[in-house]
Amino acid sequence: MTCQLCKQREATVHLTQIIENEMKKVDICDQCAKEKQLHDPTTFSLADLLLGLGSGKETEKAKDEGGEGDIKCPNCGFSQADFKKSARLGCSECYEVFAESLAGMLKGMHKGTQHRGKVPPKLRRGLETGAQLARLEKQLKEAIAAENFEAAAHLRDEIRAAKAAA
Amino acid sequence: MSVLDFLISPAEACARSGPNDKIVLSSRVRLARNLRTVPFPTHAKKADRVRAYETLVPAVRSLAMMGDDAFADSMEKLTALEKQVLVERHLISREHAAKGAGSGLVLNREESLSVMVNEEDHLRMQSLRPGMQLRQSWLALDAVDSALQEQVEFAFTPQYGYLTACPTNLGTGIRVSAMLHLPGLVLGEQINQIIQAVNKLGLAVRGLYGEGTEALGNIFQVSNQMTLGEAESDIVERLDKVLKQIIENEENARIGLLEKKPKVLFNHIGRAFGVLSNAHTISSKETMNLLSLLRLGVDLGMLPASRKGLVDELFLVSQPAHLQLAHPAKEKLGADERDLFRADQLRTRLAALEKPDHTKVVLPPAKA
Repeated sequence: MTCQLCKQREATVHLTQIIENEMKKVDICDQCAKEKQLHDPTTFSLADLLLGLGSGKETEKAKDEGGEGDIKCPNCGFSQADFKKSARLGCSECYEVFAESLAGMLKGMHKGTQHRGKVPPKLRRGLETGAQLARLEKQLKEAIAAENFEAAAHLRDEIRAAKAAA
Repeated sequence: MSVLDFLISPAEACARSGPNDKIVLSSRVRLARNLRTVPFPTHAKKADRVRAYETLVPAVRSLAMMGDDAFADSMEKLTALEKQVLVERHLISREHAAKGAGSGLVLNREESLSVMVNEEDHLRMQSLRPGMQLRQSWLALDAVDSALQEQVEFAFTPQYGYLTACPTNLGTGIRVSAMLHLPGLVLGEQINQIIQAVNKLGLAVRGLYGEGTEALGNIFQVSNQMTLGEAESDIVERLDKVLKQIIENEENARIGLLEKKPKVLFNHIGRAFGVLSNAHTISSKETMNLLSLLRLGVDLGMLPASRKGLVDELFLVSQPAHLQLAHPAKEKLGADERDLFRADQLRTRLAALEKPDHTKVVLPPAKA
């Protein structure tokens, strides 16, 4: 078995944790274990490591771009290290900045990664008005093309009313 | 005005009733929300937290459903004791009790709606009702949330839903939970099976004061874990279904105990009464476990049904902050002094209580 982190050396450290009835296993080599400071089981949670695994790419990317090896949210200054330490985010924009690390994390955490619940009422009304307007305008074009001017006038009034209500 | 003058008395609070409240003590729904333009409270600078506070407290207070006599104040203005009383009433979280300047609380007259400002998120809003009322709690809180969104803009993306400081609350930001009294399942040694089955459905089982607390007094809190990828109503319905199942299991466990080990059960309840009404020093843990048995005695008919309120009240007033409040001394009581005073209170209040009478037990029909 090869190490999941460096993918080169033989894995000699095998960790298992049960989080919310789900068993998670990690197999890594001695050297990577030392680097990640995994020898003291009391200070370590597999979630942190899994989080670390997901963020590897971003850290590398940041290094390639000549960064400090730690990406930061330009809006609030929250860093990848802060995220790993606290498992919290700094502001709403962090969700954009740390999207890559989050994607994997959310999969194991939730039922899905697409929101299916309540939408802000204003946004919902906007979406509804938008859809309604598009439908009315299509009908208006059709009515004009068919030279049905009575229907067209009626539709024009409806569009006006919908725009005023939005 | 002190929040203590605002709060409903323990007797009045415990006199409230709701559907299935023999087993379901209370139903609670909470929503986590954040302002779009301000960093989350856990990371925000003081000026940002103050900005969120000054935007949100007046906005929440102005909502029609909060009434025109709501309590609203900064956590800084509350004493440690007042905060602890609020925790014992389940009106704020233990985390919020540790907050000071820049954090706040808005509470309606009935204490059915409680809004924490700058807890882990800018808003943690909860709707709390007696008995099994998950749906009603959700609808009430949904209305509060919608009304608030006419005034302020929350952080939201179409993919991730409502954004929260901790990704575990992302999406709906909803936590639906019920407080269950399950002495039958504990005495019948079936509780672990139930907890495991409930866990498998993605629901969490916790103790009296939430995460990381012990299940004292045979009280368990069941709640959803996942908040993203599912609609609020589906989460509420699923929990509702599971609760109905647990209620049935608890009822059957009680019947099973009455049929198979009536003497063991009567012995537990009789001794609980004996100790509670005669002890001169008693710990909080022992009190809760014995009061749980007394409550079971009421449910089974061994004590008059009208005594349920008293038992629930004793449960509340024997908590540390409530004891301190009732004690004439201003100085903080030590654990030993509290145990003495708790026993005094219990002896006095239980002096008028009838003895548990096992001949009055009526066996309810078993459900399939």
